Amino acid sequence: MSIDKTSAAPAVENPEAAADAVTAVDPRLLVREEGLKGYVTEFKRKMRAGDLGSVPVVVGLIIIWAIFQGLNSNFLSAENLNNIAVAMVATGMMSVGIIFVLLLGEIDLSVGSVSGVSGALMAVLSVTHGVSEWLAVLVAIAGGALIGCIHGFFFARVGAPAFAVTLAGLLFWLGFMLQILGDNGTINIDSDGVVGHLTTYYFSDIAAAYGLATLAVVVFFVTSFLDSRRREAAGVPSRPLSEIVLRTAVLAVIGFAAAAMFNQYKGLPLALVLFMAVLVLTDFVLRRTAYGRKVFALGGSVEASRRAGINVTAVRISVFAIAGTFAAIGGLFWASKIAAANQSAGAGDLLMNVIAAAVIGGTSLFGGRGRTWNALLGVMVITSIQYGLALEGIATPIQYMITGGVLLATVVIDSVTRKTQKTAGRA
Amino acid sequence: MRKPSGRPGSISPAAPAGRAGRPTPLSFLHNLPPGQAAKEMVHVSATPVLALRGVSKRFGAVQALTDVELEVHAGEVVALVGDNGAGKSTLVKTIAGVHPIDDGVIEWEGRPVSISKPHDAQNLGIATVYQDLALCDNIDVVGNLFLGRELKKRGILDEVEMERRARELLTTLSIRIPSVRIPIASLSGGQRQTVAIARSMLGEPKLVILDEPTAALGVEQTAQVLDLVERLRERGHAVILISHNMADVKAVADKVAVLRLGRNNGVFEVKSTSQEEIISAITGATDNAVTRRAARTNGEAQK
Repeated sequence: MSIDKTSAAPAVENPEAAADAVTAVDPRLLVREEGLKGYVTEFKRKMRAGDLGSVPVVVGLIIIWAIFQGLNSNFLSAENLNNIAVAMVATGMMSVGIIFVLLLGEIDLSVGSVSGVSGALMAVLSVTHGVSEWLAVLVAIAGGALIGCIHGFFFARVGAPAFAVTLAGLLFWLGFMLQILGDNGTINIDSDGVVGHLTTYYFSDIAAAYGLATLAVVVFFVTSFLDSRRREAAGVPSRPLSEIVLRTAVLAVIGFAAAAMFNQYKGLPLALVLFMAVLVLTDFVLRRTAYGRKVFALGGSVEASRRAGINVTAVRISVFAIAGTFAAIGGLFWASKIAAANQSAGAGDLLMNVIAAAVIGGTSLFGGRGRTWNALLGVMVITSIQYGLALEGIATPIQYMITGGVLLATVVIDSVTRKTQKTAGRA
Repeated sequence: MRKPSGRPGSISPAAPAGRAGRPTPLSFLHNLPPGQAAKEMVHVSATPVLALRGVSKRFGAVQALTDVELEVHAGEVVALVGDNGAGKSTLVKTIAGVHPIDDGVIEWEGRPVSISKPHDAQNLGIATVYQDLALCDNIDVVGNLFLGRELKKRGILDEVEMERRARELLTTLSIRIPSVRIPIASLSGGQRQTVAIARSMLGEPKLVILDEPTAALGVEQTAQVLDLVERLRERGHAVILISHNMADVKAVADKVAVLRLGRNNGVFEVKSTSQEEIISAITGATDNAVTRRAARTNGEAQK
């Protein structure tokens, strides 16, 4: 593709690469124009082809925020936004795990129950049995991974449908959680302990939030720039500098606005920092490692993956283990949020919200398409709706119906997008 | 064929080293001038690269393959022909490790080996291009080319190097696709076929198996694939070519092995055999040395 860079300056330095670039291009391909205009036309073309990316969810989020702000001027206050940011982490963590499973084109219905088991396990060990809290946390997370392995074993090795295995898991682990919680039903945890601090600790120094935003912007720019330079040197198409600058600017605006908002209230929440770290790490694993490539390959074609020598069983089991691990981590955040492990943890609409957040964010239910960043956008939509409705004093039944409606709308968008992509030859 | 780069002085030191000296997976395709390659072509070795001895395969009540024998030497193109259901695809899958054999022996360079999974075949140096191309629709061309053998740099995917090599590979094979960064789903059938064949060549295989490689291709693409097959032979690779197209078989194959109802039905030298003889062996309406002998020995046995 002779977009911008290859046809410009480096062509002189690297004549052979430039020649490659020209000959490898199909003459029928629409060549992208230089600079910003090319960016805009490319964007329009993608939209028409059904390559929507995160556009619908960003638009949706803006509409949702506008509506709730219109109904109640406190909605976009620093305090409310901060509460949303902290509350969404529990669901978001579980969503990250379920995105791995959705990428395979499978589903894990047990994450709600597994998160309950994790919270209960941690509380029972640390409060009832006096085990150190750090150890209890590790056991809870390891327990989640083990449970995921068990599900993965029955799915990948035995060949039972993942849907049925995890449906059985949903009930089994719910029972297991109630059993270990015992007759009492609720175990309060130390709100100043490790788990307690997960959702209550804030980096109150204003430098923390701004520093993190600056770090994110700088790292983003430098990695994009270096990557672009490296691609240029190798004679493959690279992102033009104007586009990198534009992207960095957008990130900077969002990052610093968020930092300013957090600093208006209590500072940078620890929960959000951990969530961001998980998102960066999992995104890196999925897109930059051979393991991630295998996960995507399995979502595209199991047979092709098998023939390429990928150990299908191992990847499948590991993905379910990841889902279990993140369910357990989510369960700890949940326990932190309510400062207890109780019988209703992991019940209700939690499972639906987790799946909805992943799908709303743009992860396809058909497998092979999605990113863990989808969890962030999706869970922001879900949690914003919950908090907005709560501010309006709208009762749970209506909340359920609205969340259900949003999930349906998202699945419809996913299916329609897929169809459009097929006709546009991109799926 | 790649033209030698004209102005070596103008290449900056930043140009990747692979261009200068390091052999790339496809260096053979552009380092050898055509004439020289043709001279080296005749070195068919005594020990076959791959030999099947009495291979049988059953699926439940179906005896898909019975006592099949096949030999492929380095620098030789063996066409595998037969009617639908003759067992060609099954035979290929047993070699590729998709379906392990039930009876018989597979010899690789003279040693008996067991091929029980695709990885075994890959490790031996067998590359297979299947009829149903086995590409991942959601992954881009580069990702598919390197699927299962990604290039890594400190444990991280080296996308830049993979993309550079992918472009180089596709250019060398004169494969035209819109971009190496679009998902396979966007490509036409013929383009997918060429990507699938290109994919098989990345690992410098000793044996390349092509299952109906030209079935979905246009005139020019067919010629390109046949050129590719010849280039593989020139480099001393063994090739098994499955085809229904007698013109293709006559054009590139050295030997033709005919399968009929899961059994051998003769092996022919292409040069000394007419198309009619091959076709009659395929359909079973044949009167050749193999069947005459079989009939004679059967007759004697019955007496």
